[in-house]
Amino acid sequence: MYMKRLSSRPFNNKFRGMIYISPWLIGFAAFQFYPLLASLYYSFTDFNMLSKPNFIGLKNYIDIFTSDTSFMDSVKATFKYVIAVVPCKIIFALVMAVLLNAKLKTMNFYRTIYYLPSILGGSVAVSLLWRFMFMKEGTVNMLLGKLGIASVGWLSDPGLAIFTLGALQVWQFGSPMVLFLAALKQVPAEMYESAKIDGSSPLNSFFKITLPFITPIVLFNIVMQTNNAFQEFTAAFIVTNGGPMHATYLYAMKLYEEAFNFYKMGYASALSWILFIVIFIFTIIIFKSANLWVFYEDKEE
Amino acid sequence: MKRRRKAFIKSAVKNILFTAIGFVLIYPMIWMFFAAFKSNHEIFASIKLLPIEWIWDNFSKGWAGTGQYNYTLFFTNSIKLVVPVLVFTVISSVLIGYGFARFHFVGHGFLFMLMISTIMLPNSITIIPRYIIFKNLNWVNTYMPFYISALFGTSAFFNFMMVQFFRGIPRELDDAAQIDGCGTFRTLIYILLPLAKSAILSVVLFQFMWTWNDFFNSIIFLNDPKTYTVSLGLRMAIDAAQMTNWNQILAMSLVSIIPPTLLFFFSQKYFVEGIATSGLKG
Repeated sequence: MYMKRLSSRPFNNKFRGMIYISPWLIGFAAFQFYPLLASLYYSFTDFNMLSKPNFIGLKNYIDIFTSDTSFMDSVKATFKYVIAVVPCKIIFALVMAVLLNAKLKTMNFYRTIYYLPSILGGSVAVSLLWRFMFMKEGTVNMLLGKLGIASVGWLSDPGLAIFTLGALQVWQFGSPMVLFLAALKQVPAEMYESAKIDGSSPLNSFFKITLPFITPIVLFNIVMQTNNAFQEFTAAFIVTNGGPMHATYLYAMKLYEEAFNFYKMGYASALSWILFIVIFIFTIIIFKSANLWVFYEDKEE
Repeated sequence: MKRRRKAFIKSAVKNILFTAIGFVLIYPMIWMFFAAFKSNHEIFASIKLLPIEWIWDNFSKGWAGTGQYNYTLFFTNSIKLVVPVLVFTVISSVLIGYGFARFHFVGHGFLFMLMISTIMLPNSITIIPRYIIFKNLNWVNTYMPFYISALFGTSAFFNFMMVQFFRGIPRELDDAAQIDGCGTFRTLIYILLPLAKSAILSVVLFQFMWTWNDFFNSIIFLNDPKTYTVSLGLRMAIDAAQMTNWNQILAMSLVSIIPPTLLFFFSQKYFVEGIATSGLKG
């Protein structure tokens, strides 16, 4: 009896493991894998929800690149956004983490306060607040006016609006900051002490010791933040509604409008695959470049 | 003595610096808090932080919304959306996390990598076919797309959090329970779950914030104002009001961020742990 149970256990466990993960297997197949393939298929059709999709080959892709002017607007806006937001957010998060890495009893309190924008920043409520604060007659311009500075078109100047949206994203630096903080705690204290004895300045120690040590986390944050920034939607939709003159017409908004305002599902699917490929290429480039600047401890051994 | 004094001054300087930075960082929220009590005229005329005259009407007028659809409806809808999503997320992430952390099966490593990689899968790439699936099921304008996605563990982030948690618990505990005759499911329920409270709380908190603040999925799956959540209600306000009663919009924005803010302050420890252990989500 006992022997039988023992011998049957490994088989049972193998089977049971599959049962436990079966919700994910179904969810992945139905709501991620199938949609991925379906959108690839739709991207070669004229699907519009009203009639059956007809296969039209590469027409959607050709149209996107040759005759869709707002596509180029959204590409420009999105690249500007990503290239401005990702480095700023990561540098800001790192600086704050270094500051907060001090031994202070009140550290937890500050960490909580600094994290708050990340909790609320993605909401419609805070996007509305941003829109209100940065509008022509808004609070920010009023404060500047008191200092004798002429009002700035934070959201109405096409060259500036995308960066005002970017600032909203950079403001939500909490998650990368917390990751940096955890990484900073791992840097062995002896390394700083011996550097200090050798006469290294704090700034020098930061660039020579701290930064190399935490490069794996820098890499991780860059990958995650790039992925996020490419998909930003709420800010563009609520704060500027894509304007002025499509200056903040982020890619996710373009995709949303084609799909859910005009029901051009085939066309929008092609757009979504272009985004997917671009994000994929960016991720690969970032990982490839990691060989040049990310230090892994065990590599030195 | 001198050294102690130096240390004291140093920490005082740091505290002042950190407080100043913190004030600048959350100034927009502080400003929103007071602006919600101001008259519209005052908002545009004065830069004083405190209201000259406290106007409580902003809240009752704002709450009434467009008349036909008010914030009682929007808040009720948000709760109807969020609560089942939380329950389903906990159930699915516990089961899936347990399965990956404790069992070996064919393709274990491959499936795990696949699951992790879906964290990087952009939502916008799958949204169109998902919309069509849910539309064909007549689930548009219901919360079913959200419930079902949670029940089937499509947010790999949460599954991964639970995997990390279960991996941190010694296997001897499971073995002891199973020698005592517990099946794997009873081991999970009676032995591991009681230990998993803080991990489950992290899952609940993150999922609450994301679902409460969700806009992209909501605006796609919920088109009928009767089903609008607070996020969609706020967005409707800017369409309808045409920027005339900003004080009421700000009052409602303020009310809408109270639940996540309170929850965050009471449980910030679990947030930080959640991010630091799973290392995910920006």
